[in-house]
Amino acid sequence: MADDELYQERILDHYESPFHRGSCSRPTHVHQADNPLCGDVVRLELDVDQQGKIREAWFNGDGCCISQSAASMLTEHLDGRSLEEARSISAQQMLDLFGAKLTPNRQKCCLLCWRVLQGALVSTAAPAPREEATPCDSDNPAR
Amino acid sequence: MSDADRPRAGHALDAARWRADFPILAVSSPSGAPLVYLDNAASTQRPRQVIQSLVDVYEQSYANVHRGIHWLSDHSTDLYEQARDTVQAFIGAAAREEIIFTRGTTESINLVARSWGDANLRAGDEILLTMMEHHANIVPWQQLAERTGCTIRWAPLTADGLLDLDGFDRLLGPRTRLVAVTAISNVLGTINPVAEIVRRAHTAGALVLVDAAQSVPHETTNVQALGCDFLAFSGHKMLGPSGVGVLYARRELLEAMPPFLGGGSMISRVRTDGFEPAELPAKFEAGTPPIVPAIGLGAAIDYLNQVGLEQISGYERQLATQAHELLSRLGGIKFLGPAPEHKAGIVSFVHEKIHAHDVAQLLDRAGVAVRAGHHCAMPLHKELGVNASCRASFYFYNTPAEVEKLAQALEDCQRVFNRGDRAKPRGA
Repeated sequence: MADDELYQERILDHYESPFHRGSCSRPTHVHQADNPLCGDVVRLELDVDQQGKIREAWFNGDGCCISQSAASMLTEHLDGRSLEEARSISAQQMLDLFGAKLTPNRQKCCLLCWRVLQGALVSTAAPAPREEATPCDSDNPAR
Repeated sequence: MSDADRPRAGHALDAARWRADFPILAVSSPSGAPLVYLDNAASTQRPRQVIQSLVDVYEQSYANVHRGIHWLSDHSTDLYEQARDTVQAFIGAAAREEIIFTRGTTESINLVARSWGDANLRAGDEILLTMMEHHANIVPWQQLAERTGCTIRWAPLTADGLLDLDGFDRLLGPRTRLVAVTAISNVLGTINPVAEIVRRAHTAGALVLVDAAQSVPHETTNVQALGCDFLAFSGHKMLGPSGVGVLYARRELLEAMPPFLGGGSMISRVRTDGFEPAELPAKFEAGTPPIVPAIGLGAAIDYLNQVGLEQISGYERQLATQAHELLSRLGGIKFLGPAPEHKAGIVSFVHEKIHAHDVAQLLDRAGVAVRAGHHCAMPLHKELGVNASCRASFYFYNTPAEVEKLAQALEDCQRVFNRGDRAKPRGA
């Protein structure tokens, strides 16, 4: 299968068996956002230690294969890295991390988790208020 | 012509014949898949007769309208005003002055909200909408409510996606000034009983605006038979160019309403201390109107009259019925809206396991163009409890073979996600 294939095995694996889908037991950084156009929603919770190292990264959400598998990939990527490293991830690097070629419309799906990360990085220890009407407690739709 | 392409017995409409007039229906996607265009509720395609009408105007007849002393302007004006006559006849309006050219349904509804709404509504008044409205028939009223303090009420739907007329009656009362309702839901395909709604609303003393964007292209419309006060639709959903739409309103309403946009054309006289508005319909057509798109809309109506609106609605219902049958067999698909006998050629659905955008993306690979998302009806999707849905919407040039391709592509789509043993559990 070609590397730019959208529904390649690697992406479907992340979608159906995501990395750290759920909640952090002691989150220090939390943010959630949605893409109103398609209803995709991603919530990111980070547990960052005193040295600025991400001990654990968890995500939850609901949406298309792209938005949810990208969130899984980003969470896996963040796990164990420093806040500094997390801050340095550019949108293009997020698209590269995802790997498959995306049209501009689907890039928004992929970048939703990256936008949420930008919010999480400036969030306080108190969990951010959940945005309206998009609860993140649904199961992975692939299951 | 394959058997699947052949129109079924009892229906005169020959899709293959009409298809030949639509150059774009012969194109293929970059991957080589022939186009199966099932996004007609968003915008239809155009036959070469309509395209040629635009070329003809630009090459032979174009000038600004209602202004020039020169013959070219006279000619252009004649064509533009002939288009108005064509629209008038097409929807059965009593007078040509009741046909206002706008940029589309959205502008038509905004015109009513800004002009009639601002002049007539105040705090305590109510506007009655339904839960199946398009944003174009929601947001202008929300803006009006913000300006005037009037209140919006929402008529409920039945479990099977029809308008709940009992619920509607409970909300209709002496405070209701306007009922704004879609004739056909752009998501559910539900055909609303507009004449009955008008009868009940008028009994309660309310006016009725009909969002006819999804009905005028597909079924016969007669505004006098419906009895509605306002009716709005768009050219690009009925073979015409984008950038033109129509507002129909009863003459006495238009005469009493203040102008909406101000500028050239809509005035009879301007002084330093004020202006006098022009007569209808110019009063509501400020600035240079969509001259060529309106003429193209006239050509589109001529074409639709050849095909026959009765034939179109009957044929599209056949396609929707076929889609229901074939998609039901696949399993995992939930339809939004009523059974095919109660709806137009719009089939929206959600897959129990696959997100609407993934479905649409995979269908696109097979050349099948559908819409995915909330289709500008977020309150409806929230009511239905779904974030996004897929919508296949038909026009008379679609064929039973294309419906089969839709079903086949959906089956292939299920195969991508239904990986079974291929799936690798990660980190488990």
